[in-house]
Amino acid sequence: MATLARLQARSTFLVHQYYFRNSAVDVFRKKEYDAAVKIQSWFRGCQIRAYLRYLHRVATVIQKCWRGYLGRQHYQLIVKLEFCTMKMNLYNAMAVRIQKRWRGYRIRKYCFNYFYLKEYLKAVSETNDAIRYCYQGFAILDELCDHTAWRLKRKNTTLFPVYSMLNTSSHQMCGFSMPGNLRHQEALEEFAEMKEREEKKADLEREEKKRDYQARKMHYLLSTKQIPGIYNSPFRKDPDPWELRLQKAKPLISQRPKVKQKRDVNISNQLACTSARSLPQSEILPPIDRKQCQGPFRDITEVLEQRYKPLEPTLWMAEPINELKMAREELRKQEWMRNINDNMFLPFSSYHKNKKYIPLMHSSSKYGPNSYGSQHFRDENPKKWICDKDFQTVLPSFDLFSKYGKLYSKAGQII
Amino acid sequence: MHSFTKDQSPWIPNGKEGVMSLLRPLLLDVVPTIQQTAALALGRLANYNGDLAEAVVKGDILPQLVYSLAEQNRFYKKAAAFVLRAVGKHSPQLAQAIVDCGALDTLVICLEDFDPGVKEAAAWALGYIARHNAELSQAVVDAGAVPLLVLCIQEPEIALKRIAASALSDISKHSPELAQTVVDVGAIAHLAQMILNPDSKLKRQVLSALSQIAKHSVDLAEMVVEAEIFPVVLTCLKDKDDYVKKNASTLIREIAKHTPELSQLIVNTGGVAAVTDCIGSCKGNIRLPGIMMLGYVAAHSENLAMAVIVSKAVPQLSVCLSEEPEDHIKAAAAWALGQIGRHTPEHARAVAVTNTLPVLLSLYMSTESSEDLQTKSKKAIKSILQKCTYLPALEPFLYDAPPNILKHVVGQFSKVLPYDSKARRLFVTSGGLKKVQEIKAGPGSLLQEYINSINSCYPEEIVRYYSPGYSDALLQRVDSYQPLAN
Repeated sequence: MATLARLQARSTFLVHQYYFRNSAVDVFRKKEYDAAVKIQSWFRGCQIRAYLRYLHRVATVIQKCWRGYLGRQHYQLIVKLEFCTMKMNLYNAMAVRIQKRWRGYRIRKYCFNYFYLKEYLKAVSETNDAIRYCYQGFAILDELCDHTAWRLKRKNTTLFPVYSMLNTSSHQMCGFSMPGNLRHQEALEEFAEMKEREEKKADLEREEKKRDYQARKMHYLLSTKQIPGIYNSPFRKDPDPWELRLQKAKPLISQRPKVKQKRDVNISNQLACTSARSLPQSEILPPIDRKQCQGPFRDITEVLEQRYKPLEPTLWMAEPINELKMAREELRKQEWMRNINDNMFLPFSSYHKNKKYIPLMHSSSKYGPNSYGSQHFRDENPKKWICDKDFQTVLPSFDLFSKYGKLYSKAGQII
Repeated sequence: MHSFTKDQSPWIPNGKEGVMSLLRPLLLDVVPTIQQTAALALGRLANYNGDLAEAVVKGDILPQLVYSLAEQNRFYKKAAAFVLRAVGKHSPQLAQAIVDCGALDTLVICLEDFDPGVKEAAAWALGYIARHNAELSQAVVDAGAVPLLVLCIQEPEIALKRIAASALSDISKHSPELAQTVVDVGAIAHLAQMILNPDSKLKRQVLSALSQIAKHSVDLAEMVVEAEIFPVVLTCLKDKDDYVKKNASTLIREIAKHTPELSQLIVNTGGVAAVTDCIGSCKGNIRLPGIMMLGYVAAHSENLAMAVIVSKAVPQLSVCLSEEPEDHIKAAAAWALGQIGRHTPEHARAVAVTNTLPVLLSLYMSTESSEDLQTKSKKAIKSILQKCTYLPALEPFLYDAPPNILKHVVGQFSKVLPYDSKARRLFVTSGGLKKVQEIKAGPGSLLQEYINSINSCYPEEIVRYYSPGYSDALLQRVDSYQPLAN
């Protein structure tokens, strides 16, 4: 009984305690629940991440082996090709050596003898000289003909067939009555005569030119209609020959002094062109003794320094704003360059998903009736039309068949 | 009366029928002097004019003459032969008329006469008849004139030799068979002997005869050459008489034309130098065979062309090209230069160095040149340009040449410039690169390819610098340039 009373006294307290403890627990329940959830989720996350790491590692290994295999194949192919090329190059080089020697030998031996040609041309020019100065008697001429023939005979190749006549001596010069030196003398006399004649002609021409020049200078002395000139005196029967000369002469124009062309030194071009990479317009340097322009000007070196100061941007401006992206692109491009295999490794789950999706005609065409075939009959593809404009009715339609079957008579109907 | 007629005959062109009817009976006169004078008068009349000669023929005088030619004395024979010559020289029909009345046999009989004057007159008549065409020549040959003419050549009289040589020349010029007939009789040896004779008129005829024989075929030319005329003929090239020079160079040309071996022979004996000097010493049409000879020799092979160059012919030819007024001589000189320069770059260089290419170009472009001259100079320019690698001579062409020639010039530059650095530098400093940039060519055309290959020899900045409009582009950049605000 006492316990019961004690319990009853404590029951309200118990109730309150019970209530408080439950509610207190309730307060923390959510917190604890959340905490438990957080811990579990973090732990599960760790688990799964470990699993993913494992998977990545495995996939990397597989891909590594596969890429290695492809690369080795590729490498072997390259090595084979290189080897073949190297061998062929060697063979070609050796063949070229052989051919070089053979061709040189063949040309030198059978086709063309360069030294023979040189000798021949020398002999020809010597013979020419002899012919040219054959005033010295025909004996030398004969000698040289023999000499030429002898030289040609010495180097007898099939290239230059020599006529046999050249080998015969010169006693065939028949009909030649005068001895050599007399002919020589005669020739010299003729020569002297010719020279004299030429000199006289030259003198005459000089005189003529001088007179002509004088006439040109004295052109103003020509007689006019009103006033007779000096040489056309009215007391003479006919005018002086100088008059006629003056008539024929062209007046002499005094030479204008030549305008000195100053070379315009373009200093301005030097300063105007401000790009650092431009070429100078002219090769002439400016003159050294430039006179100073008036005025307090700054020192030219300072000015040029300022003008040609190179750009000094801040760090903010020095780097572009999407530098990171560009660097990534750069890296990717470099790696792509070295790739053996360009195909992406697809996940196996998508392995079967390689068909292109073809949609239904029903769902991809327009909903509703098509006006083609009832409204308009032109092709739907404008490229197949023959002209841009719409067709016009040129002829008026006539109603041939409008009354068909609507008349009461039975004429023409097949029964 | 007869002497009066004789004196007046050169001055009576009309009233011919009357004269003929007057003179005809005089031919049958008893007195021989009258016959001779009448014949002489007839001859002078016929000589003067073709119509009068026809009248002589129509007047039936010829048979009478021919008949009495056989019998009379030498003065009559001379006069009668003179009449026949005078009639026969005008036209082939008249000559045929003479042949038809059987004059050839009697003339040939006259050739055997003792008197040299008669022989000369007969030979002259035969020569004039044979001159016109091949049939008449054949008729003369058939009458057996050729051996007698060769005998005439050997006579001591110079005039007879001249006429006989001229007759042989006229006979052999028509066809190879006739020339062969002349050669068969052994004419060449005698003609060759006479080359050294000092008489210039004789030399003319002899050289002309030999050249007419040699021109037909290689065999005949070789036979002429075998008579050992070289190097004697070369002395004739230095003769004072212009026509001797002309005929000698014609002979050499006819021989050189046939084969390279014959040209070789001529070159070996120094013929090219002699011909070059001969060209230098005369003017006008006299030069023409010499120029052609150089062209023929150079055309055969490049060694011969080199021999021609070595004999200093090219400056002489370029002098001819520039100073001659006549178009056909210029055309021949242009052709010869083209033949010399077309073989290898050395040959082209030898021609280009003498500055003939601008002259050729100006001849090609000038509207006054005849078509033949234009064609020949164009061919010469083209053939020389194909091989020319001498750039200083090509540069003036960049500025004046028409587009079809410009293509070849630029092509040559594009061949040479990639391999020669000095030439590249010279090309830039002389303004050639600038000019090349200014040439407009259709894209994809050959000219554009050449220009591209020239541009690829130079760094890009220089090409851009010289491209037209670069200074404008630079100024535009200046305009659009924003200087930094300091």
